[in-house]
Amino acid sequence: MIAEWIIVAFLAIGVIFNALGVIGLLRFPDLYTRMHATTKATTFGSVFTTLAVIVYAVSLYFSTIEPQFIVLGIHALIAALALAFTNAVGSHAIARAAHRSGILPVPAVVDRLKEAGR
Amino acid sequence: MIDPWYPAVLILIILICLCFIRLILGPTPADRVVAVDTVNTLTVASMVLLGLIYQEVIFIDVAIVYALLSFVSTLYIAKYIGGEL
Amino acid sequence: MIAFFLTFFLSLFVYLILTAGSGNVGLWSVSELTAGVALSLVTAAIARKFLCRAGNYRMANPLRFLLIPVYVIGPFFLEVIKANLDVAYRVITMRIRPGIIRVSSELKTDLGIFMLANSITLTPGTITVDIDEKTHDLFIHNINVGTGDEQKLVLRDHELFSIADLPAWIRRIAE
Repeated sequence: MIAEWIIVAFLAIGVIFNALGVIGLLRFPDLYTRMHATTKATTFGSVFTTLAVIVYAVSLYFSTIEPQFIVLGIHALIAALALAFTNAVGSHAIARAAHRSGILPVPAVVDRLKEAGR
Repeated sequence: MIDPWYPAVLILIILICLCFIRLILGPTPADRVVAVDTVNTLTVASMVLLGLIYQEVIFIDVAIVYALLSFVSTLYIAKYIGGEL
Repeated sequence: MIAFFLTFFLSLFVYLILTAGSGNVGLWSVSELTAGVALSLVTAAIARKFLCRAGNYRMANPLRFLLIPVYVIGPFFLEVIKANLDVAYRVITMRIRPGIIRVSSELKTDLGIFMLANSITLTPGTITVDIDEKTHDLFIHNINVGTGDEQKLVLRDHELFSIADLPAWIRRIAE
């Protein structure tokens, strides 16, 4: 019973942060601020929806001793790790490539990378 | 209690459809890459939820491989945009 | 030779995690164990030069490995929660003051720079844009530059974090 409430809470947190990430992708003015919204909020939300799956699998494993639920939990954990890891590296690659191709942050108070001449 | 998994997957799919607005509008190619990256992340999350709904572990394996492959494709598109390829 | 064995054990570990729950020798079946050992030998023979390119084996110490989950669950997760609440506030109110700043870190190893860059990308209001290869300085896009910070040429790394001192943790793990 407690596990059900934890699952609903985790799913709600995940879906709300995913929605905030997509709204930020649509609302923010330039590329770099959009990447703030998508990288952080979407990774956090997706990790939380996956955590809900892990909680469900573990609670079912303790009530019915079936090994397939522990397999479900372990694979969901690996999916969450792969997601968190690849999103950070991918966003860094996109930001570096965009700055190299000449897209500058449009409302910006300071730009040390352009001053460094790269 | 209402089964919470189906509404969560439905909202995630609606969010994926909203990402396509930025994919069409985006003024530069880099904006479109960011939109595609978001679509990939949301797809992996909804695939894990669907794997639980249909009780199939193979869906989650597909989700792991999809996450890694989309990471590689994002890296290559970023290299192309940055002019290193 | 050390690189070969390290790569072998790492790939065997990943294979065993992915196939857990397949049989009754412990959690695995006999055929999965045999296939895992054979495939790990092939992987180690091909890829031993990629994993240990820097040539130091400091990360083979298991105590340092066990610190990484503690780091991720403890201080890093608190910072991630704070960063997400901050991003949610900025999405709703649109009060932004963006800029690219330069941050110096005293880290020298590749793993340390990698962990610091990824931690910065996922935590408070900042993404890493570029890295100076010689001095290991990070160029960071900050969504809300603090008043007065745009005059400073170089910031120190611990000024970015407010709850926990993440660079000190990374220095303890990777240096």
